[in-house]
Amino acid sequence: MPDKAPITVNVETKPTATILAPVGEVGYHEAPTLQQAIKSAYDKKPKKLIVNLTGVSYMATPGLATLVEALQIGKKTNTPLVLCGLTDRVRAVFEIARLNTVFKIAPDLDQAMTT
Amino acid sequence: MTSPPDLSVELVSNPLYLCGVREMASQIAKRLGFTDAQCAQIALAIDEALANIMKHGYEKRMDGRIWLKMQPITDASGQALEIVIEDEAKQVDPCQIKSRNLEDIRPGGLGVHIIKEVMDEVRYEKRVGTAGMRLTMIKRQSPPKTP
Repeated sequence: MPDKAPITVNVETKPTATILAPVGEVGYHEAPTLQQAIKSAYDKKPKKLIVNLTGVSYMATPGLATLVEALQIGKKTNTPLVLCGLTDRVRAVFEIARLNTVFKIAPDLDQAMTT
Repeated sequence: MTSPPDLSVELVSNPLYLCGVREMASQIAKRLGFTDAQCAQIALAIDEALANIMKHGYEKRMDGRIWLKMQPITDASGQALEIVIEDEAKQVDPCQIKSRNLEDIRPGGLGVHIIKEVMDEVRYEKRVGTAGMRLTMIKRQSPPKTP
């Protein structure tokens, strides 16, 4: 039985930033879809990459690892990475992994655009 | 877990099934009286443990067998949930299963740290007389009282 893409990642391209908005749960099974979307976004050399996590109801360490990898690509390419819209449940995982201070995290998309 | 557990699930090492297992674990924990935050932690720990077995134990093979058992227990600290996960993957020295340095910001290696942070007891051991590892995790409804 074919395995369909486990999550949707909506992409919006603006002059000042590319916004990725994954929707669903991001665990071991789903993280490669987000990873691929991030790599595709970086390939287009955006001025800034925003990952809007408003639609992410659950995140495990493969999702965190994908975002750490994105942060590293951003540093290499001088492309700021901003996360926004973390739910309490997702924020808790960032805090347990002590990654909440590593990323630029904005409360919402509007503030992420101006960060 | 000496008597048969209340719940026993067998699955293959295919990540496709992780979402269903974590949803089931969370819903059961909720019915047993755990808070929403505790249910999320239990689901996260199980998810991380299963993902580690699939990725490292079975090295991404999707036909390995994994057994998940859940049992409410009562110990000196009160009500708790015991979770036992067993596999037939390669055995490793339990002392070698540890979290990486969190100051080292890089992808991966966080699963064990997360499990130890959110569960009250975590024990890895080699299964005796057969292949594979056993992970026993305990989550208490109330934190242990300090004297």
